[in-house]
Amino acid sequence: MIFSAKIVDIELARSHGLTDDEYNSILNLINRKPTITELGVFSAMWNEHCSYKSTKKWLRTLPTKGSKVICGPGENAGIIDIGDGDALVFKIESHNHPSYIDPFQGSATGVGGILRDIFTMGARPIATMNALSFGCKDKKKVTHLLSEVIKGIGSYGNSFGVPNLGGELRFDESYEGNCLVNVFAAGLVKSNKIFYSGATSTNLPVVYLGAKTGRDGIGGATMASSEFISEKEAERPAVQIGDPFMEKCLLEACLELMEAEAVISIQDMGAAGLTCSAVEMAGKGKLGMILDLNKVPTRESEMHAYEMMLSESQERMLMTLKPGKEKIARAIFKKWDLDFAIVGKTIKEDRFKVFHNSNLEVDLPLQALSTMSPEYDRKWRINQNHIKTPSIQKYNLQPLKCLTALLSSPNYSSRKIIWEQFDHMVMANTVRPPGSNAGVIRIPETNKAIACSLDCTPRYCSQDPHLGGKQAVTEGFRNLIITGASPLAITNNLNFGNPEKTDVMGQIVGCIQGISEASIALDLPVVSGNVSLYNETDGIPILATPTIGTVGLIKSIDDLILIKATTTDCLYLIGDNPGHLGQSSLLREILGISGKKAGPAPEIEFSKELDAAKLINELNAEKKIVGGHDISDGGLMLATAEICILNNLGIKIDASESDICWLFGEDQGLYLLVCEEKNQIDLEQAARRLQIPCQKLGTFGEKLIEIGNDQIPVSELKKLHETGLDHFFSASV
Amino acid sequence: MNVGIVIFPGSNCDQDLYRAFKKFNPNKVEFLWHKISKLPKGLDVCAIPGGFSFGDYLRTGAIASRSPIIRAIVEFANSGGFVLGICNGFQILCECGLLPGVLIRNQSTRFICKDQELMICNRDPLFTSLYQKNAKVSFPIAHHDGNYLVDPSTHQLLLDNNQIAFKYLKQNPNGSIGDIAGVYSKNHRVLGLMPHPERRVDSKIGGCDGEPLFKNICQGPYY
Repeated sequence: MIFSAKIVDIELARSHGLTDDEYNSILNLINRKPTITELGVFSAMWNEHCSYKSTKKWLRTLPTKGSKVICGPGENAGIIDIGDGDALVFKIESHNHPSYIDPFQGSATGVGGILRDIFTMGARPIATMNALSFGCKDKKKVTHLLSEVIKGIGSYGNSFGVPNLGGELRFDESYEGNCLVNVFAAGLVKSNKIFYSGATSTNLPVVYLGAKTGRDGIGGATMASSEFISEKEAERPAVQIGDPFMEKCLLEACLELMEAEAVISIQDMGAAGLTCSAVEMAGKGKLGMILDLNKVPTRESEMHAYEMMLSESQERMLMTLKPGKEKIARAIFKKWDLDFAIVGKTIKEDRFKVFHNSNLEVDLPLQALSTMSPEYDRKWRINQNHIKTPSIQKYNLQPLKCLTALLSSPNYSSRKIIWEQFDHMVMANTVRPPGSNAGVIRIPETNKAIACSLDCTPRYCSQDPHLGGKQAVTEGFRNLIITGASPLAITNNLNFGNPEKTDVMGQIVGCIQGISEASIALDLPVVSGNVSLYNETDGIPILATPTIGTVGLIKSIDDLILIKATTTDCLYLIGDNPGHLGQSSLLREILGISGKKAGPAPEIEFSKELDAAKLINELNAEKKIVGGHDISDGGLMLATAEICILNNLGIKIDASESDICWLFGEDQGLYLLVCEEKNQIDLEQAARRLQIPCQKLGTFGEKLIEIGNDQIPVSELKKLHETGLDHFFSASV
Repeated sequence: MNVGIVIFPGSNCDQDLYRAFKKFNPNKVEFLWHKISKLPKGLDVCAIPGGFSFGDYLRTGAIASRSPIIRAIVEFANSGGFVLGICNGFQILCECGLLPGVLIRNQSTRFICKDQELMICNRDPLFTSLYQKNAKVSFPIAHHDGNYLVDPSTHQLLLDNNQIAFKYLKQNPNGSIGDIAGVYSKNHRVLGLMPHPERRVDSKIGGCDGEPLFKNICQGPYY
């Protein structure tokens, strides 16, 4: 394939995803027609994926500061102080569009991209997690997407050698044509050894590191900024190809280089490759940059400047080097057999100049490129829904049948078959396997641990964006509290449909407002994030899915709370449970009632959340509880059954058919706590003191799960639960 | 004991292995870069860690087994040195001929990572004499190609010479012949196993079932 340069005109600009207004502002900015490569550069910098042009106005409203925040949004990842000179670098990022086109490579490169974001800042990655959403109607397609996405995530992370702590997985028809693959990663760095992306002075050598540049992924960021139209599948541009081995070598080489004090600034080449990384690096230092593309290592012949500037080949980095350190740097990269080339330098003049074959292919004002991307104040509307929760009386629901159906459904069955395909123990710091309230990883050589959780309830977010945004943050908070961690900060991955539609924009605005409100109330600053828009096919958007990644610190591994119980232990419900069925999984999974018809989402009260957290912290500090579990989808009955299944125990819950709402309602702020018989009074007194409702649900026994007069052996329920996803992986070829 | 841990590009259990040895105060633990063709003087044990050496895009261990250090390790083993290969290390030891057999794709075709119950098949003075005979232990497994395969006559030889080191208990996770999880060389100085004992040397991280192995290597008995 040889690139043929087309004539630059408004048509070509449109095919690059630029609007007529945007094209005209380019003409005004540079007072001439751009070259084809310049047009490519603008389209890369100004697309939705790189410029956040539809969401900037709202993202600015997120609370990003806090006493523990070392670095907020705007860098490769966010950083928080975790004490003792250590800092945690973390971020979540989507690779949705590529994963739909090529689920294996799309998800693998998603993992690769987020890992680079972490080690670019000087941190060694210590954990990854993922939040995945798939359709549910076309079984064959979903099976293909899910099994390949899991393989892709596994192949990259397992080979790179970073533990995967699980995450979340959901199925809903709205994701039929747009699966979501959100990948979270966290890394550790000494707080005085952090690296940033901005170049600091002129005449610094600009160095290209890592893999060679090919023609893969050209226009990838533009792809991520437009809707899919099903009959145009063949026109979709190539997805990038991942090489975890190369990335592992790049990690080690970069960390060695940083250790050798040779690096001034460093930026990974992610979306829009060389273009975006060069402009950001110079832009942040208020400098210009000259690049000579003939110096760039390529793996294909006769590449045009346009292709080299827009290639999204993976496992590449751009760096400014300390003058005089070239020799050391070259030696480290030779040791790891990686490419290393000085491809340019920083300059004082505010220009971005790119030469190729001695031609000046790009000559643009750099600050304008970096900061003057368009910003839109798109029209938005939040549809208020006043429909009441439907009555379930006429269905004569039987609690045990509902429980069995929920626990074996793809949405609520065990995720073991998935996380067993990920190396969750490499690095030997994984405190417990996935499948608990949160992922827990020890900080090496200490008794401290990091807890992380990914959360979102898209059906709440779509129904009531503001409330849904609040709920996603609060659920993460709860998952950390019931792990024994102090929640510290969050990262968000905002997945929505087409922002040019007022209803979708309303979801975006509402969710961001909700996230802000919760983030202030619970003191969880937003330190990094990513936005993925245009998740629509044939005009149908996905459910609003703002995935929240919450991280926290466990001061001593001995304080860890697990989903643990033994026979004769007592089970308590903490919090007020009037039985809110609106938008519940019971309505959706058992009765097929979803969307507006399913009524309002459950309310959140922050003061109650904080009180419950206080109670749990107190009881845990005094060693009065054995274990615990938060209550979310499926209400207290699903959470109770999960405790039983994990510990091979039975329990009798005193309830009947008239208690369906109480058993499966999704009121917020609720927890289950497990305590020894002798600590019951202490638990009850502590709850009373904080004025938190507290109810004993039962005592764990040996074999049977009983609800009123109905019963099922826990072994049977466990089997149903643990085989619920098998059919996706049975036809493995 | 002087221990050397080999690092290939793509090794990813080298640090875990380092910590496991370090815990039992050997005289020295050092890393050995794959490009060296001569092992340091006075080395007693050479350990090859898990990971994906050179990406393992070809047959696992195939490229690593042709690297300069492996030629040196073969010589070292042939002159009586101890060699331990874990996971990818086991695959490399099979590829370079120090151990019999091959490791092919798991029967399920999936990567599998979980705690696995194992039996210590015999008490070997270099590696496993601190366990009881037929002791049950739990080590994690994490591999895509752990399905051990030898022809029936070699399998019989392995049985006859007490060369089977570890066997999977309960469910065989990968289809390996005779539930084999680890084997010794004929002279019992080379051990390869798929499970990861180095991930089980800490009571707070899954338990200590791997400790006796490292303690034995570092402190004996060797008889």
